[in-house]
Amino acid sequence: MASSAMVTANQLIIMAELKLFRTWSSCFCLRVVWALDLKGIQYDTIFEDLSNKSSLLLQYNPIYKKVPVLVHNGKPLLESLVILEYIDEIWKQTPLLPEDPSERATARFWAKFGDDKVLPSIWNAFIKQGKDQEEAIVTAQENLGCVERQLTGKKFFNGETIGLVDLAFGWLANLLSVFEEVCGVTLIDHEKFPLLLEWIQNFADAPIIKESWPPRDKLITRYQAFHEVHTSKEAPK
Amino acid sequence: MVKNDVKVLGAWPSPYVMRPRIALNIKSVNYEFLEETFGSKSELLLQSNPVHKKIPVLIHGDKPICESMIIVEYIDEVWTSGPSILPSDPYDRAIQRFWAAYVDEKWFAAMKGLRSAQGEERKAFLDQVTEGLALLEEAFGKCSKGKAFFGGDRIGLLDIAFGSFLGWLKVTEKLNGVKLLDEAKTPGLVKWAERFCADAAVKSVMPETEKLLEFSKVLAAKMKGAPPPKN
Repeated sequence: MASSAMVTANQLIIMAELKLFRTWSSCFCLRVVWALDLKGIQYDTIFEDLSNKSSLLLQYNPIYKKVPVLVHNGKPLLESLVILEYIDEIWKQTPLLPEDPSERATARFWAKFGDDKVLPSIWNAFIKQGKDQEEAIVTAQENLGCVERQLTGKKFFNGETIGLVDLAFGWLANLLSVFEEVCGVTLIDHEKFPLLLEWIQNFADAPIIKESWPPRDKLITRYQAFHEVHTSKEAPK
Repeated sequence: MVKNDVKVLGAWPSPYVMRPRIALNIKSVNYEFLEETFGSKSELLLQSNPVHKKIPVLIHGDKPICESMIIVEYIDEVWTSGPSILPSDPYDRAIQRFWAAYVDEKWFAAMKGLRSAQGEERKAFLDQVTEGLALLEEAFGKCSKGKAFFGGDRIGLLDIAFGSFLGWLKVTEKLNGVKLLDEAKTPGLVKWAERFCADAAVKSVMPETEKLLEFSKVLAAKMKGAPPPKN
């Protein structure tokens, strides 16, 4: 049972205007951090330990029990891409989506493609071994090829400035070199993916974005652990 | 609007194809429906959706728009003189988008699993489907605020996202001998489903359950006969 002191703290949390439940490394959470920071919006952060989720998190997100959760005036918002669209609609400065409906549809299409196809295929290439890994790499590179072409003539997916698709692909900028180092394969090389590599550098160097970059050494440790767990499961008998 | 300025590439059994058609009907937009032949993909489809090679595709003028719910939002943004498909309040919009994504990523994924599963696996999928419907019943109560649809007085984004699956839901009920939408457990959704299917924007594009049932048998036979899928 909550003590009266805890109830007061919870009430304070609920009353405060904008709260983000996140972890230090999750790229889905980083999307929201970057969006809020790019728009210069003030918010409070609650770091969650996913092995010991807070009762508030479970109350706000009972279906998925995941981060990020953005709570605005006591009302929870779930799913990072849904949250980004909400943020863009409430705070109009530094727009994340273009005005033109067909360009908006294109942006939404590539953000979805990133989450539905690119991310799982890169993850597969990361956790598999041997022939399975070779095949996974082929699929990942096919997907990345589609993405590479979207950068033709552009600094960012959104043009001259960072937008929704850039934030959606932030995980690639953040984790690609980590994955490559941990599993010892090159997924993106200069010959086949010059634009993507340039985008990764531009994104990582961008002001605001780089201020919330998770420490690389911590990411290496984290993904080394994942890699060990998965490759020991997958090891041929 | 010239009729052939707006085209939808699709197929009558697909719930995803229904979605842009319902949206265009809501906006009273005339369009040409180009039906794909089952088992093959037209040149136009391959050209206009080279990434996924899937239906539906909306072709507006010379611009292809892909992914059913992205098409629905596009239709809402372009044809602003018709009734709105998304609510105006940003929080309500976020709720509708959240549940639309849930329907696609979680609920229908469990429905598809149910189609081919056996034994214990089948029971697990059935549980997931019914749990999902309980959640959607609750969501209906909150979103509709006592009105006819998730979108209020009129069909909105979430009605389209979820309602487009009602044909296949009825097929699943018949094939499995279960009642998924139930007056006792999901009374709100039962009445909502009747209203949705009877709506003028939906009636002409909702396939008859018997036709879908026949088609599901054709589909199942084709999948059995097909070579093992590449990973």
